[in-house]
Amino acid sequence: MSAFNAIGEEREIDRDEYTPGVEPQPTWCPGCGDFGVLKALKQALPEAGKTPEEVLTVTGIGCSGKLNSYLDTYGFHTIHGRSLPVARAAKLANPELEVIAAGGDGDGYGIGGNHFIHSARENHDITYIVFNNEIFGLTKGQTSPTSPKGHKSKTQPSGSAKTPIRPLSQSLTAGASYVARTAAVNPNQAKEIIKEAIEHDGFAHIDFLTQCPTWNKDARQYVPYVDVQESDDYDFDVTDRAEAAEMMRETEDVLNEGTVLTGRYYVDEDRPSYTEEKRAVGELPDQPLAERYFDDDAEWERSYDLLERHT
Amino acid sequence: MSSDELIWRIAGGSGDGIDSTSQNFAKALMRSGLDVFTHRHYPSRIRGGHTYVEIRAADHEVQSRGDGYNFLLALGDSFARNPQEDAFYGNEEIKPLSENLDELREGGIIIYDEGLISEEDVEALDLEARAEENGWHVFPMDLRGLAREHGREVMRNTAGVGATAALLEMDLEHIEDLMSDAMGGDVLEANLEILHEAYDTVTEEYDFEHDLRAPEGSHETEQALLSGSNAIAYGAIDAGCRFISGYPMTPWTDVFTILSQNFPDMGGISEQVEDEIAAAALAVGASHAGVKAMSGSSGGGFALMSEPLGLAEMTETPVVLIEAMRAGPSTGMPTKPEQSDLEHILYTSQGDSQRVVFAPGTIEEAYEQTRLAFEIAWDYQLPAIIIYDQKLSGENTNVDVDFFDREPAPDLGSTLTEEELREAAHDNSGKFKRFNYEDAENGVASRSIPGQKGGRFLATGNEHSPVGHISEDPDNRVAQMDRRLEKLESIREDLDSRESSTQTYFGDETADHGIITWGSSQGAVEEAVERLNDAGHSVKGISVSDMMPFAEADVTEFLESVDEAMVVEMNATAQFRGLLQKELGRFGEKLTSLLKYNGEPFEPAEIVEGYEVNFVEEEREPTAQVRIEPAAGD
Repeated sequence: MSAFNAIGEEREIDRDEYTPGVEPQPTWCPGCGDFGVLKALKQALPEAGKTPEEVLTVTGIGCSGKLNSYLDTYGFHTIHGRSLPVARAAKLANPELEVIAAGGDGDGYGIGGNHFIHSARENHDITYIVFNNEIFGLTKGQTSPTSPKGHKSKTQPSGSAKTPIRPLSQSLTAGASYVARTAAVNPNQAKEIIKEAIEHDGFAHIDFLTQCPTWNKDARQYVPYVDVQESDDYDFDVTDRAEAAEMMRETEDVLNEGTVLTGRYYVDEDRPSYTEEKRAVGELPDQPLAERYFDDDAEWERSYDLLERHT
Repeated sequence: MSSDELIWRIAGGSGDGIDSTSQNFAKALMRSGLDVFTHRHYPSRIRGGHTYVEIRAADHEVQSRGDGYNFLLALGDSFARNPQEDAFYGNEEIKPLSENLDELREGGIIIYDEGLISEEDVEALDLEARAEENGWHVFPMDLRGLAREHGREVMRNTAGVGATAALLEMDLEHIEDLMSDAMGGDVLEANLEILHEAYDTVTEEYDFEHDLRAPEGSHETEQALLSGSNAIAYGAIDAGCRFISGYPMTPWTDVFTILSQNFPDMGGISEQVEDEIAAAALAVGASHAGVKAMSGSSGGGFALMSEPLGLAEMTETPVVLIEAMRAGPSTGMPTKPEQSDLEHILYTSQGDSQRVVFAPGTIEEAYEQTRLAFEIAWDYQLPAIIIYDQKLSGENTNVDVDFFDREPAPDLGSTLTEEELREAAHDNSGKFKRFNYEDAENGVASRSIPGQKGGRFLATGNEHSPVGHISEDPDNRVAQMDRRLEKLESIREDLDSRESSTQTYFGDETADHGIITWGSSQGAVEEAVERLNDAGHSVKGISVSDMMPFAEADVTEFLESVDEAMVVEMNATAQFRGLLQKELGRFGEKLTSLLKYNGEPFEPAEIVEGYEVNFVEEEREPTAQVRIEPAAGD
């Protein structure tokens, strides 16, 4: 008998269950792309059969960090850039939990870049949503790691001399086994992609274009967008690493020229998740470790039994 | 005839097997019935560089290194740089002999490997004259040649141990047993042959004019030889910790390694991660999801943990962090002990500190206080930190095996089950009041774990309402802040009400003068207090473990009972004395400091001297490399 009966519970799930009574309305600015992520999640989670209390949503800092204030799951609003290490550990401690990590582009590709690379490398079985609005919003409009070259802001008054980061390419290189880009303006695709990411066994990274109408006024609203799977202009195999890499590169290049390409870019269903890899080398228990602490019959090893080597 | 104490120093280069040889020899001495204590000196270098391990063995309890030593086994540095050339860093090969002479006591014994250390070099040292002057007994032996003859050159350590045993008239039985445990086949055979050959050669061919012999003793119960790092790791295991995340850094790596090696067999999880920010964040994440988790590092690595530490405070996530200090600032001296991270550990991370900090002084305390740290962290939902150092981490001493014979304590403290959650307070929308200040007891609000039915809440580093939602409401802010801080007061009361204090006392209760110390300097202070009293002074000592919440009552009582007190610590700015005055707000005129920060731990004699200079002969200057800091206003 599990100590965590919300996990694996099979019942009808109403998407309204994901709206917290205590704070039903987000404080995001009108027209903010973040609404799109929230809405897509509220649709995708019930469709994936997940109940609110078997989901842990771990966020970073920024406008995006408030996601779990408005999504009524278990939530951990952490610190800037650190959603991934917190999320990873929760998944290791209880692999039965559905763990979703989320943050902005500054959070994930800037200050938390190291964790992004290593989480992808290790292929943790979590979904990672990056709200990419190409700007620092909550600190009022500074240039971010994804801002285009030449982007002017109060902290880059002469225009940024830096080429933006390539989130999709970097994710692929680091080892993510599911990489997609979607946009707030494309709610159906967003919902489908989030659902696929949740169902994927491994590190599923979604670069989610979320327009910022307040601080990135001169930036596009990410319309019109093109779904690379739907368009006849693009033809590549999402399971082929080389083709995926090429498509990602093109997608990243043309975004700053005004063409918004979205869709699935890379899907590797064969690569074992970190949970499986760690179990295979005998360093992760079969039973979720968290369960053991609630099991009154559990046997606990003692240091006393290790002393022979010291006598 | 046996002597009062043996302090045997084995010296060579890093990579010469000094550690494993000394470990086995210390165990042999322990098995023979002696109490042992080891002290390790090594450079931040993998191959070569002068390194030694000192083993102090006596028929009575030893809790510190001694003053100097009385037996040197100088192997020579087989990894010396350019041994044949006149290198600017001097002849490294001979350093295990030449660097150790100053501290060798009168009448001491020297064995050196003349197979590696050349005759010419020894002549240049003027060893003969110095030996005569100090009454040393010098035994040059071709240990390398002997090892090569019966096995391989690397076995010269065994030859050195054989020669040592012969000179001390020690029985070889325990040494042979330990070798048989560690190796087999041809390797064992060759080693045993070398051991006996060296033993017999010394016994037959040398005249014994020295007085030093191995002390004789006996133990009533079985003993185990272990280090402070072992003790911390074992305390964690027995507290039910099964998750550790970390990034390698000397000297914290020892605990990380021990647990990483043991956890797979215990169903536990160890994660080596990209940096210390991640390491601490993982421990917080694992704890949030319902397991007893820990992380740790040393100075620089711990600096990276500041933010996750603050997050654990604000989200009231229980976690144990350990910090193994080494000499700072910055990279400092990576393999040298210092007690200079106290202020760092107490106050790092923004906002008002809401953590528990223990500083164990001995190997037993390291075990006890690690267990205690887990208990407190999970009962009161806050981070608990064990602060120790390179000295306690690496020193080995014998402990009663029975000491560890106790029940494990995996309990999650103030964590609710689903059943209990059904009875707990929720808001109208069904969210659990995880941070409920209304019916908190001792400031503690019960927690739920993700996946539990009816326990959903939001944890956030922002100030938050009872269900965890971000709130900047002034009344809520004050109520939450006061509740969190109340936990520290409750912990203080809890600790004070326990039968045994975490502070350690020594000396005569009615003494006029006090010595106050903390952490790993405890053993040397304890011995110094004993010697001072033997010499007719009136001194008592206290070693303080509870840094936060501070052991206010215990220390106040101690300070009120003495006329003056000297604070002994291994740092340059008297951090602990500063804490004392901050916490107690008085006694400034009573407190002087004895500070040492040259990278070497205190010897008892240095504390004795410090006391005399401080309280008896104020005109005198200390001869040791220490600093005396006068009382406030002086």
